[in-house]
Amino acid sequence: MAPLLDVRNLVTRFYTEDGVVYAVNGISYTLDEGESMAIVGESGSGKSVGVMSIIGLIPSPPGKIEAGEVWYTGRDLLKLNQEELRQLRGNEIAMIFQDPMTSLNPVLTVGLQMTESLELHLNMSNAQAKERAVEMLQLVGIPNAADRLEDYPHQFSGGQRQRLMIAMALSCNPSILIADEPTTALDVTIQAQIIELVQKLQKELGMAIIWITHDLGVVAGMVQKLAVMYAGFIVEYGAVDNLYKHTSHPYTMGLLNSIPKVDAKERTRLASIEGLPPDLLMEPKSCPFAPRCTFAVEQCWVENPPLIQVAPAHSAACWRWEAVRSQTTEVGVAA
Amino acid sequence: MSQENGQKNGPKNGQKNGKEVLVSVNDLKLHFPIMRGVIRRQVGAIKAVDGVSFDIYKGETLGLVGESGCGKSTAGRAILQLLKPTAGEVFFEDRDLTKLGKGDLRRARRHMQMIFQDPQASLNPRLTVGSIISEPLEIHNLGDKNSRKERVQELLRVVGLNPYFISRYPHEFSGGQRQRIGIARALATNPSFIVADEPISALDVSIQAQVVNLLDDLKAELGLTYLFIAHDLSMVRYISDRVAVMYLGKLVELGSRDDVYDRPYHPYTQALLSAIPIPDPDKEARRERIILKGEVPSPANPPTGCRFHTRCQYATEICSQQDPEFRNLGTAVAPHMVACHHAEKFL
Repeated sequence: MAPLLDVRNLVTRFYTEDGVVYAVNGISYTLDEGESMAIVGESGSGKSVGVMSIIGLIPSPPGKIEAGEVWYTGRDLLKLNQEELRQLRGNEIAMIFQDPMTSLNPVLTVGLQMTESLELHLNMSNAQAKERAVEMLQLVGIPNAADRLEDYPHQFSGGQRQRLMIAMALSCNPSILIADEPTTALDVTIQAQIIELVQKLQKELGMAIIWITHDLGVVAGMVQKLAVMYAGFIVEYGAVDNLYKHTSHPYTMGLLNSIPKVDAKERTRLASIEGLPPDLLMEPKSCPFAPRCTFAVEQCWVENPPLIQVAPAHSAACWRWEAVRSQTTEVGVAA
Repeated sequence: MSQENGQKNGPKNGQKNGKEVLVSVNDLKLHFPIMRGVIRRQVGAIKAVDGVSFDIYKGETLGLVGESGCGKSTAGRAILQLLKPTAGEVFFEDRDLTKLGKGDLRRARRHMQMIFQDPQASLNPRLTVGSIISEPLEIHNLGDKNSRKERVQELLRVVGLNPYFISRYPHEFSGGQRQRIGIARALATNPSFIVADEPISALDVSIQAQVVNLLDDLKAELGLTYLFIAHDLSMVRYISDRVAVMYLGKLVELGSRDDVYDRPYHPYTQALLSAIPIPDPDKEARRERIILKGEVPSPANPPTGCRFHTRCQYATEICSQQDPEFRNLGTAVAPHMVACHHAEKFL
């Protein structure tokens, strides 16, 4: 069966006054129907730009998608015009963002904002749209849903606003939900509520989810597939168990080791990744992680390693993946 | 004069449980007034910190955790007198800071400094790194121009930056480097006590560990005492000797790191801990999360009795009527304090 979403060799760059920003440098991944995957990376790794390119949310200029194909239900999304993209967004591929206030209009009531997209995308009458909006608010656990349609976004708390965003994103029954760090601004207990909600909704509605996050901890228990990004490249990709247990890229290993283990008995010094994140204004010609890598050899400074398969459902972009893999598998990163 | 006042009122920070107390906070309260109407009449108060007491021992790191709005940052600022407490006492080296006059307070501040969450916001963009770090030295009249410059270069080395950076501006640095500059500034006057308010939460994961390791090294080298305020529970466990948990302006639990993390007595602490993400798919799949119902109530109108009872699965009638006492369920030598009527359930 063909995957629901097939991203091939996507390249996105920004042409700024300071020079060319090499934001996304040829990433490929697939997403099956109903599958959940996570794209993990730090700020500037290209994780958000990568998915925003798919649904035409890159401002152009300065942004430009230089190459690639994005196949979704027999269409290459990169070839769609603005009107077709508008139809697609919200209707088939929906997105929720880190800060709900940036995506909610503060001067319109919640009801108006919710019914607008329903009338637009699903051609519902106003009464139908209202009914559906109430249904969605109940689904995401907002009490007194019917009364709250008249409220403005500021009358909701942070956690409730994120619930609102989810309700709006799901109201048109999308087949893919892109969640861009939806819980980062929330407290741990509210974060747990929202994650539970999204997982419950995924089971009920059967959509596929792409989580974008910087936190390897948050996604460990909730996705099947993981892509780790660094400097605009996917450096490790595969089934979640493989990445956590047989880590084969030194950056993934460094990320995992720099999180203190909450269940560790002994207090060992945190293994930090030395050095600084890469400068995206430089065209990457060698391995972008080499300057911070403890495994780096001469070849790493000369040639950028491609993403190669290291095991079934597991690939890594590292010349020294065997050395990394033997170390993590032997010691057990999470043990 | 104020020194004498400080010593007369209230307890001295002597030995306690065989350890030397550096900072002693006694029933600290900070209420922000809510003003309404044309004549700005006070109609209520946000009880950000509402009666908090604890000691910080010399040389330890006390972690203060809680969710946003629980009052942990306000407590940190009230301890340093950056915000004037509404009531309560803060003893630092035997003096009650709340009773010090302006001049005495400024002199005392030399020994207690703060590291802020957002290095971008806490560094003046128009000053060079050298001026930023030497500012506290000038304020406290320490050294002359040349020795200050030497001190700044030394501080830059201590926090792992090139002393050559002295004439650069904050925008030329990355987030992690800026936080190092903030740390260098806090260290400039050789303080003994540092309040670190979410010092790593604005940084990338790979940089967080660098800064935490630096704070750890500095503590050992310079004999510092930290109050480490954060919401990242796994990092707090890593860096702290003891941990205090705050909810809606009050402490609900306080104890050694292992007591609080391995044997939490308060249902709120239990829920918080169960929500920590673990970077391991197997453990994640096996563990059971306690999902709290609802959200944190408003500190302007906190629930009666135990403030947590509206979200607590163990709450009974007494919880909505009586504010639970903050009592010791540990030993006299290693206190494990908890404010819960039903804490015995979890012993």
